[in-house]
Amino acid sequence: MDWSALRVSLWLGVGTILVLLPFGIWFGRVLAYRQFRGKLLVEALVTVPLVLPPTVLGFYLLVTFGARSPLGRAFQAVVGQTLPFSFEGLLFASAIANIPFVVQPIQRGFEAIPSDVRDAAACCGLTPWQRFQRIELPLAWPSVLTAAILTFAHTLGEFGVVLMVGGNLPGETRTLSIAIYDRMQAFDDRSAGVMAATLLVVAVVTLMTTTTLSRQIGSRRA
Amino acid sequence: MPERTLAVVLRQDGPIPLDVEFSCDPGDVLAIFGPSGSGKTTILRAIAGIAQPAYGRVQSGADTWTDTTAGVSWPPHQRAVGFVFQEYALFPHLTALGNVITALGHLPRAARRSRAQELLDAVHLAEHAAKRPRALSGGERQRVALARALAREPAVLLLDEPFAAIDRAVRRRLQSEVDHLRRTLHVPMILVTHDFEDVLRLATHVLMLDRGRSVAYGPLSALMSRPDLSWLHESVGLGSVFEATVSHVDTERGLVALTFDGGTLLAPARHLAATTVVRVRIPAREVILATSAPTGLSLHNVLSGTVSAIHDDPSLEVVIVQVTVGRLMLLAEVTRDAIVTLNVKAGCHLHALIKSVSIDLLAPETNPH
Repeated sequence: MDWSALRVSLWLGVGTILVLLPFGIWFGRVLAYRQFRGKLLVEALVTVPLVLPPTVLGFYLLVTFGARSPLGRAFQAVVGQTLPFSFEGLLFASAIANIPFVVQPIQRGFEAIPSDVRDAAACCGLTPWQRFQRIELPLAWPSVLTAAILTFAHTLGEFGVVLMVGGNLPGETRTLSIAIYDRMQAFDDRSAGVMAATLLVVAVVTLMTTTTLSRQIGSRRA
Repeated sequence: MPERTLAVVLRQDGPIPLDVEFSCDPGDVLAIFGPSGSGKTTILRAIAGIAQPAYGRVQSGADTWTDTTAGVSWPPHQRAVGFVFQEYALFPHLTALGNVITALGHLPRAARRSRAQELLDAVHLAEHAAKRPRALSGGERQRVALARALAREPAVLLLDEPFAAIDRAVRRRLQSEVDHLRRTLHVPMILVTHDFEDVLRLATHVLMLDRGRSVAYGPLSALMSRPDLSWLHESVGLGSVFEATVSHVDTERGLVALTFDGGTLLAPARHLAATTVVRVRIPAREVILATSAPTGLSLHNVLSGTVSAIHDDPSLEVVIVQVTVGRLMLLAEVTRDAIVTLNVKAGCHLHALIKSVSIDLLAPETNPH
């Protein structure tokens, strides 16, 4: 059992949620409520990582954020690491790959709030920020939770992007799904089996937690 | 709270065409009446600031909330508006109390809960304070919405089809609560409805709307005694509306005497006490005209008056005759043939015969609970 790989996987999952959720809430809300020119294109772009093969996405990330590109140098200046072969780079790539899993459910969540309810909040004297905090976010909360869970589950299973961007550095970029592949290549079926079972347990626990939480939210509102 | 008159001018060609101009004084209820899709809700939304008219001006007392020519538009949360939405638009994740507290942002935090409780008490929902909207009935939700709208101490109260989703039995009670509000609250109230009964029971003034255009506007009784509103004739029927005082209750005969400026009418008694002021409607099609006072009829009500106007619209089957009795202007629907036979002309003296069972008493229920 590769404990450091499990740690990298879990940190990557949690980290991706933390990085992506604030952006997803802001952007999902913008897409839900604002009408602007080019919205269709933006919505298509948001969905692209969903349909693109992960290796292709990884390739473009490497090209765009390679050490020699201006964006790559900017990334290095901000983060202090190069994008390839660093945990930070992996986190960034994972965030990009997960954009559709976060933005879309959150957008649907905000869209599902009746416009009368939002108008009523304004007529109650709430400022736009108070409306967001006290009415919109609590009502969209189940979607935000769904987005977080999807992201976490998706990150645990991500293989192609991780392999392309992160390589296979133990303790730094080797995630559990990479480690499983690694062990299989080395004919270490037993280790691979243990790690696969671990991922299975994590997945089941995650889903159970989601179900319980959403039931609780549901019953509180009934 | 200072009393503020609401003055509104709205004009636009689309997306929903509008051409209206009206004002409403504190203590008055202006009913905006018209078929669905005539732009009624858009008017309320423009007053509240959640919709922008192409051209318009919304003035509450000295505050100009909207003035498109000057580029003024206060955001909705800065306008002192109480808005009861058609489907109530309660916050589903908050309790009844929480819904009301949300609108109490102008009070110090510590005072909000007790004030919200007071407001729920006032709409008789004290015991439902901890319930979420989903656990409340339609009528209860409506009253939470009302309490929430009042919480802000609004300078204008907007009611969008407040009774549309409520069954008849509960509706009467809520109508009398709204009527009670009118008399105690003293803010301009704008009531949007497509149900003429709401207009008759609650309005002091009426704005009739057809495809966004104002077709008639004025005090209820003045408007209801106009013979020329063919559009109203076709939709709900004409009939004069006025206020009368119960001057005598004859429990033995089951009748009450209603005294108005110009005479007395007898109507079947309901549980009305003497000196109660009631709203009376006499449908124009129930009024019979006679040149001499008849005898030998099972009729209680014969009013003498002079013909003050005759409206002969070729598109209508009948002619509308306006008869002035004292200060009351009564409408009667008669055939063209009758006009010729009786030789009805403006200024001639006539008797209006009204069956007492035809008189609609739109009494506010004195004890709503």
